[in-house]
Amino acid sequence: MLELRGLKKSFDGVRVLNGISLDVGAGEFVTLLGPSGCGKTTTLRIVAGLTAPDEGQVLLGGRDITGLPPEKRDVNTVFQSYALFPHMSVERNISYGLRVRGERKGAWHARVREMLSLVALEGFEKRMPSQLSGGQRQRVAIARSVVLNPKLLLLDEPLGALDLKLRQQMQRELKDIQKRLGIAFLYITHDQEEALNMSDRIAIMRDGRFEQVGAPEDIYERPATRFAAGFIGQSNFLDCAVEGTLADGAPVLNYFGRRFPGRKPGFPLKPGDRVSLCLRIERIRLLRQPTGECFLPGVLKSRHYAGGSIREIVELPGGQEVLAIQQSASEDRIAEGEQVFMVWNRGEAALVQ
Amino acid sequence: MRKKRREGSGAIWLVAPMAIWTILFVGVTLGYIVWLSFMTRNPDGLGVIPRFTLDNYLKILNPSYGKVLLNSLKLAALTTGVCLLIGYPFGYFMARAKKSWRGALLMLVIVPFWTNALVRVYGWRMLLMGDGPLNGLLLSIGAIREPLKLLNTFGAVLLGMVYALLPFVILPAYSSVEKMDWALVEASRDMGASPARTFFSITLPMTAPGLLAGCVLTFVPSIGLFFMSDLLGGANEVFLGNLINTQLLKSRDWPFAAALSVVLMLLTSSILWVYRRAGGKSSDIAVF
Repeated sequence: MLELRGLKKSFDGVRVLNGISLDVGAGEFVTLLGPSGCGKTTTLRIVAGLTAPDEGQVLLGGRDITGLPPEKRDVNTVFQSYALFPHMSVERNISYGLRVRGERKGAWHARVREMLSLVALEGFEKRMPSQLSGGQRQRVAIARSVVLNPKLLLLDEPLGALDLKLRQQMQRELKDIQKRLGIAFLYITHDQEEALNMSDRIAIMRDGRFEQVGAPEDIYERPATRFAAGFIGQSNFLDCAVEGTLADGAPVLNYFGRRFPGRKPGFPLKPGDRVSLCLRIERIRLLRQPTGECFLPGVLKSRHYAGGSIREIVELPGGQEVLAIQQSASEDRIAEGEQVFMVWNRGEAALVQ
Repeated sequence: MRKKRREGSGAIWLVAPMAIWTILFVGVTLGYIVWLSFMTRNPDGLGVIPRFTLDNYLKILNPSYGKVLLNSLKLAALTTGVCLLIGYPFGYFMARAKKSWRGALLMLVIVPFWTNALVRVYGWRMLLMGDGPLNGLLLSIGAIREPLKLLNTFGAVLLGMVYALLPFVILPAYSSVEKMDWALVEASRDMGASPARTFFSITLPMTAPGLLAGCVLTFVPSIGLFFMSDLLGGANEVFLGNLINTQLLKSRDWPFAAALSVVLMLLTSSILWVYRRAGGKSSDIAVF
């Protein structure tokens, strides 16, 4: 429904977008995830019509809207600062889009009530924005932006200013609203957990381009790049050399003289190549005896109790330290300074370049 | 209890210089003018006879003086209007201009202040004279056959007033547009409003405090600014400011000049009162 084609943008000679392309389907929740300054907000502003791209096109429902001003686009935005009109009541803020269209009070009044019940703010019609809490302002901003029934809603870190508990609650509510209204969301965040919780697809951005676009599970289980693997979830990266190939096409890896098979990657590998083994911290087991095909010996350096889990640090033969996290229920405790074997399943550790 | 009293007496010493200053230079002088306005004129011309009378105020009701008052209000209103029409857009675009341009534009507004106002008004006199450069230019390009009477007209006074008071609209307009959260304008456009609709629904109300301050800052001084009408308006155009001036220095009618001053003061005070009632902040107009 939304198609971005080769968008490029520079500000004062500095490249912010390097030719990005992305499709968003009808009713889909797509998140742009990346560190600050990666071009997320610029992308969103180009879709909204608030910034013009240097190159590339924006298509909405098959129609080229690249040159249209924001008021002519069937897209609405929830701004990071909410941008509620301070001189208007909640009711007049929410009805603004309808009043601009020339709707009379008789017509918009019912719609405003409907929106207020959608965001659970019944009875707040006459309040001014200054009389609302942060969470309430957020709700008004959402109600105001969906009142026109846009095909696509753009959200620029809408939960960034809220505290953790409220943020988690609003994540559920936003997802709920999105499903109920069937509106496509293009959502910006730098919070990986938020992205994993809410999105149908995540586009990981870095330096004005997409590192990887895919479903949360896809990105987590099959990260395409080391950056993507590092940005979502917590991982240890072991630099290995490729020594050969098994009969099933999987590579044989060498890490400081220890050999073990790796998962077949999506890119070609030949003996002599260097590759990073991505070990998710929760997919590592620490045992007294080696088992299976993938393991490395090490020394348990330290153990930190963290309530439901234990964080353990193991020093590997080459001196690299690896973080592993385990359930705290385990009875057989290996003492600090003891020899240990770090074990993982071949299929759970991706190879990235 | 004892501590409180000590604090109190300390505060008095801190406030005292201010209080003495205010009483001496504002209270006493103002009181003297109000007292003068109820006294009788000395026929010899110098000073007053301390005999209470309301004649000075009744004299203002005379239609010829009423006309002067109306003329002053008309001039002030027109000055304010023209200043708003020029100054608000100027301040607006200055605030929206690139950062590198803003400083230069701001200098353009402020630099004329470095020259004495009287000198600048004499400059205007030269420009507008019958055989001045403006008429010369118009004659040479054949736009007119005979020199126009530009000087000593209501228009010349208005021009001078607008020229002198324009910065007092530009600067508050600039600062209020610059302070505004531009995301509000973007949100309005995003919600389907055209640029014009956005301006009237969002930008104008959000910058209204600056506009209101600009109005007060031009209207109030333009009632009383006497040298402008003296130098550019000639004898035909009489305004409250130069009427007071003539009554005091030429006609030597101190009580009448005092009564006119009191009326002027009441007028400007009532404007400030209305401004405060309309929600204006005194800090926005504190530039003098």
